[in-house]
Amino acid sequence: MPVLIPRSLDVAVEMASSHPDAHILAGGTDLMVEVNFNHRKPETVLALRHVDELRGWTIDAATRTVHIGSAVPFSEMEHGALSEALPALAEAARTVGSPQIRAAGTIGGNLGTCSPAGDSLPVLAAMEATVHLRSTSGERAMPFAEFMTGPKRNARRGDEIITGVSMPIADGWQGYAKVGVRNAMVISVASACLALQSTGPRLALGSVGPVIIRCHDAEALVADRPGAVDAALAAEFGRLAAAASSPIDDHRSTAAYRRHAVSVLAGRLLQRGTARP
Amino acid sequence: MSRSTIDTVRTDDRSGTSREVLGANALRPDGAAKVKGEFAFSSDMWAQNMLWGGTLRSPHPRARIVSIDVSAAWRIAGVETVVTADDVPGQLTYGLISEDQPVFARGEVRYMGEPIAAVAADHPETCRRALAAIAVEWEVLPALVDPETAIAGGFDPIHPDGNVIRHQRIIRGDTSATGAIVVEGTYELGMQDQAFLGTEAALAVPDHDGGGVEVYIATQWLHEDRKQMAKCLALPEDKVRLVLGGVGGAFGAREDISLQVHTALLALRTGRPVKMQYGREESFFGHVHRHPATIWMRHHATDSGEIVKIEARFVFDGGAYASTSSAVLINGVTHAQGPYRCDNAVVDGWAVRTNNPPCGAMRGFGVVQACFAHEGQMDKIAAAAGLDPVEVRLRNAMRTGDRLITGQVVESVAPVERCIRETAALPMPSPLPDRPDALLMPGGSGLTADRHHIRRGVGWGVSIKNIMYSEGFDDFSTARCVLADGVVTLKFATSEVGQGFVTLAPQIARSVLGVDDVVLDTIDTGVGSAGSTSASRQTWMSGGAVDGACRLVRERLFEHVGRAHGVDPLRLVIEDTDVVDSMGSLRVPVGEASAGLRIDETFEHHHRPTEELDENGQGNCHVAFAFVAHRAVVDVDPELGLVKVVQVATAQDVGRALNPLSVVGQIEGGIAQGLGLAVMEEIIVDNGRVRNPSFTDYLLPTALDAPEVIATLVEEHEPQAPLGAKGVGEPPCISVTPAIVAAIRDAIGRDLARVPVRPQDICF
Amino acid sequence: MNEHYTLRVNGVERDVCDSWIGESLLYVLRERLDLPGAKGACEQGECGSCTVFVDGAAVCSCLVLAASAVDAEIATVEGLNPDGTLTDVQEAFVREGAVQCGFCTPGLVMAVHHLLDAEPEPSDLQVKEALSGNICRCTGYGRIFAAVDAVIARRRDAAR
Repeated sequence: MPVLIPRSLDVAVEMASSHPDAHILAGGTDLMVEVNFNHRKPETVLALRHVDELRGWTIDAATRTVHIGSAVPFSEMEHGALSEALPALAEAARTVGSPQIRAAGTIGGNLGTCSPAGDSLPVLAAMEATVHLRSTSGERAMPFAEFMTGPKRNARRGDEIITGVSMPIADGWQGYAKVGVRNAMVISVASACLALQSTGPRLALGSVGPVIIRCHDAEALVADRPGAVDAALAAEFGRLAAAASSPIDDHRSTAAYRRHAVSVLAGRLLQRGTARP
Repeated sequence: MSRSTIDTVRTDDRSGTSREVLGANALRPDGAAKVKGEFAFSSDMWAQNMLWGGTLRSPHPRARIVSIDVSAAWRIAGVETVVTADDVPGQLTYGLISEDQPVFARGEVRYMGEPIAAVAADHPETCRRALAAIAVEWEVLPALVDPETAIAGGFDPIHPDGNVIRHQRIIRGDTSATGAIVVEGTYELGMQDQAFLGTEAALAVPDHDGGGVEVYIATQWLHEDRKQMAKCLALPEDKVRLVLGGVGGAFGAREDISLQVHTALLALRTGRPVKMQYGREESFFGHVHRHPATIWMRHHATDSGEIVKIEARFVFDGGAYASTSSAVLINGVTHAQGPYRCDNAVVDGWAVRTNNPPCGAMRGFGVVQACFAHEGQMDKIAAAAGLDPVEVRLRNAMRTGDRLITGQVVESVAPVERCIRETAALPMPSPLPDRPDALLMPGGSGLTADRHHIRRGVGWGVSIKNIMYSEGFDDFSTARCVLADGVVTLKFATSEVGQGFVTLAPQIARSVLGVDDVVLDTIDTGVGSAGSTSASRQTWMSGGAVDGACRLVRERLFEHVGRAHGVDPLRLVIEDTDVVDSMGSLRVPVGEASAGLRIDETFEHHHRPTEELDENGQGNCHVAFAFVAHRAVVDVDPELGLVKVVQVATAQDVGRALNPLSVVGQIEGGIAQGLGLAVMEEIIVDNGRVRNPSFTDYLLPTALDAPEVIATLVEEHEPQAPLGAKGVGEPPCISVTPAIVAAIRDAIGRDLARVPVRPQDICF
Repeated sequence: MNEHYTLRVNGVERDVCDSWIGESLLYVLRERLDLPGAKGACEQGECGSCTVFVDGAAVCSCLVLAASAVDAEIATVEGLNPDGTLTDVQEAFVREGAVQCGFCTPGLVMAVHHLLDAEPEPSDLQVKEALSGNICRCTGYGRIFAAVDAVIARRRDAAR
C-alpha cells in the first residue's frame, strides 16, 4: 500500500519507522508540484491529513509559549488568537501563495521543505522557535537554527515526523515584510522578520542565503537603544542586515537587489517597530 | 459614452431595444455552459479507447542529434507507438509564412524544447516514462543567441534559410532634415508569453479506414492548420477535418502549429483516438512568444515639439524558426512614427534567426514594440520643448488623410486628438489615503512600505494599430446563413477564443433579418475559411461575412414577400421582427414571412487589396487603422523598486460599439496584459535556455495587480468597415505599457528604457 | 497503476480503480470521474482554475494527492446546483460579462462562493485578496469584480 494514511500520531510514527523513504505529505503544496512537473516519482507517501494531533495549536499563558501542530494550515495563523500571539507569523502566513495555498499549506510543510524562501521560516528563526520531531525511539526537540541545515535540507531523519513548532508569545512589537515582484501570490525575493522581544531584538532574513539568516550584529546595534530610531540608525541597521546576507543571482532576482532589499526591509521594520503612535 | 470602473459599470446598451441586436450588451451564448463547467474545452475531449500522447523535446538550444534509440520506449507496457522524423509521411516541415520548422527535429535541434519524438500510451504517466526511456545521443553545438551577431553575419547559418529572416528599410522625404530638438534612445523589450490559461490540447480520431483523421483542436485558424497538417500527413485536405475544440484563450499563441501534426500522426499510426495536452511547462516550449526587441530611435523636432524626422533601427529576435517574424517586423517598422504626423523617415529593421525560443504572433504584433519606443521618444521631445505629455501628442496627432512614412494615406477614421482629449478628461484617482490599507500600496500584503515611502506618477501612451493582415494578403472570411421558419442558422469557421464572436454573429443576424432565434452551427472546416482570429480582424472580416450572408438571405426573403404580396422588394425593410413596406402598409412578421421557406446563402467578405512594400518601404501595405490613448497612474516605492498601477484611463477609437460590454471586456483584459509587460511578465532566456517556464516564475497580473480602469469609447463610424466597427482586441494592450513606464519615470524622476521594469531598474 | 480507493464527491461515493499513485485530485476528477469542470492550467497552485472544496476549504485540486483525499467531503463546480439552474454567482458572471474564454471561470465561481459564504459583505480589497489566487488572462478582472458586486447587492436586497 504505497499511500499510508495514519489516523493517529502513534500510527504515523510507526509507519514512518517502517517506511523511512516515504514522502511525507501534509498540505501537498510542495510535493505535488514536484510530482506534477515530473521531478519526483513517489513510491510511498505518508499522508498526515487525518492525524488530528498534528492539526491543533495551543497558547499556554503560564509558560508564555505557543505550540503549533505541523499540520496547521497557514490560513489558521492569519486571524484570531494565533495572530494576536504571533503577529509576525500572521503577517508571514498572509503572504504564502494564494488563499487556496494557505488553506492547504502547513507550517510543517515549510519546515519539511526548508526552502530559504519558505515564508514562515524567518519568523521561526527570529522567535528562536523549537522544532519538535517524533519517532518510535521518542521525541526530539531542537532549535530551528539547528534544524535547517541548508537549502531544502534539514535535520529530520527519515523515520521522524515533524510534530510541530513552539516559540514564545510575542512580548514586544514584531513584524514581517516580504518583497516579491507582484502584489499577491508571489515567491519571496527577500524577506525579513524583526521581533523586539523583551529579551532583545531579533532579526532574521529569508531568501538571501542558503538558510534563514540571523543578524546578530544588527541586533546588537539596537539592543540597548530603546525608543524611536532615527533614519541614520535605521540605515545602519539595514546595512548590517545586508552584510549578514549572502544572496545569489537567479531568475527571480539578483544578489545585489536582494542585499539591497533586506537592508531596506530591516531598516523599515526597525522604524515601524519603534515608532511611537 | 461608456465607462467602466471597478465600482460602477456603465456599459450603456445602445440598441434602444430589449432585443440582442447590434449595439446591445448581448450575453454570451456559451456563458451558462462556461460558468457551470460544462463547456467542452479541447482539453475536456475524451473518446472511447483513447490513448494519450506525449512529446520528447530537446534539452539543448542547439545540438546535433548523433542518434536516437526508441527501442526501450517501445518495450514499456502500455506504449502503443513511438514516432520520430522518420515516421512523418509527408512534408517534414511546416510554417505559417515560410515552411522552415520541422515536425520533429532531424539531424539538428535549434532551440530548447524543439520536438524530437512523440509517443502514444494508455496513461499520461506511461507517456512520461516512455519519453524518459528514449535515448538520444547529443553533440552540443555552440548556440547563436545574440541577434546582432546574426545581423553582422558573424555566425555560420544555423538553418538552411540563413540567419536573417527579413530586412526592411523605410526611406521617406528629406533624409537630411533636422530640427532644433534632437532626442534619442535605445529601448528594449523582454520576451512576453501569451500565457493563455487553457494549454494546448487536441483529440485526433482516425477514420475507420485509416485514410483520414478528425481533429478537435483549440486554434485560431482551422483552415490554415488543416493546410499545414495535410501536407505533413500526406493526406488530401478533405481527409483532414478540423473541429474547433473549446479554446481557453489564444492571444496569438495558437496561430502556429504546435501539437496538431503530432496528435494526428499518433492517431493514424495507432488507429485509435489520441489526446495530447501540454502541461504549463511544455506550453512555454510549445508555442511562439512575443518578440524581444531592441529599438533605437532618434527624433528630430521643431523647438515647438513638432516632429520633423524619425530615424530608427529595429531588431526583432525571431528565435529558431520564422513563424510570422517577417510580418511582425513590417508591423514594427511601419508603425515607427506612432499616431503622429511625420514627413521624413529613415528606418531600418531586422528580424533574425537565433537559437532562442521561436517568436511570432502576440496581441499587438510588432506594434507593441514600436509603441514602447516612440512613446518614450514623445516624452523626451516634450521635455526638450517644455511641453507636457498631452500637449506634445496633441500637436503631432495624426488625422484622416495624413500620409504615413510608407506613403500610405490614412483613410481610416483617425480620432487621435479626440482619444487624447477624452482620456485627459477622465477623472484622476483619489490620492493614496494617509493610512492606506497595505493592499493599496506597492508590495501589498508583503507589508514592504509605509505611506511616506510611496511616490505617485502619471504617464501617457497613444498608439496606432493596423487591423487585418497586410502586404497583399487576401485574408477573406466566409459565412453561411440559412433562414427557415423564422430561425436563422449561421455557419462559419471563425475561431471563438473568448473574444465573443459567438455573441456578435447572432446580433448581426437579428439586426439584419429581424429574427430572434439564431442557432450557431459547429465551428469546423465544413465551410470556407474565416481566416485567423488575430490582427483585430474578426469583427470586421467574419462580421462582414455574416452580415453579407444575412443580407443575401434578406434579399431573397424580400423577393419572396414581394411576390406573395405584389410589392416591389426594393420597398421592403426589416423593422424589429417584421418585414415592412416602407412605402405602404404591409407588415409581416419575419417568422410568418419565412414559414415553409429555406433560404441558404454563403458570403465571402474580402477587404480592399493591399500591396507589398518596395525596397524603400513605400506602399499601401495596411488595410485600416485603430487608435487609442492611455493615461496611467502608478504608485511607486522608489527605494525598493516596487510598483502598483493605480488607474488606467483610456479612450479608444472603436468605430462603433456593437456590444459595449464585450468591448469593455477587451479593453480591461488588454490593459492587464500591457501591465504585465510593463512590470512583471518576461520569459527569461539565458544563453538560449528558458529559466522560468512555470506560473511560479512567469508572473501574470492577479486581481490585486489589476488597476482601476476608466474607459471611454470613441465612436466614429468607420465607413470602410462592413458594420462601421473597428477591431478592438489589440489596441488596449499597446500604449498602456509605455503609459505605465512613463508614469514610473514620472514618479522616480529617472529614465527607464526596458520592459518589464524590474525592481533593480528602479532602485539602482 | 494499482491504487484503489473511494472518494466522496458532491455527496456521492466514487470508486477509483487501477490508478497511479501520483495522480492529483484534479486528474482523477477530470479523467476518471467524468467531472471536467475543474480546469488545469498550471499544475502548481498558481492559477486557481482547479479550485474545489475539500472539507469546506477552497483548495487547488492539482495539489491534492487524490489517494490521500479519502474520508473527505469533496465538492466541485458540478455540484454547486444539482438542479441544473445557475447559482446567483454563476448568473452574475454571465450577465456582467465576467466570462470570456471561460477557462478560469469554474475556479473563480468556486472561489467567489467560498468568499461570500464566509463573508457576505466583503470590501473591495477583501474581494481582490480572496480572488488573488485565481488568474484570469482575458478579462483584466474588471467584469469579475462587477459580478461579485452584483451578487453582494442582490443578496443584500434579498435579505431585506
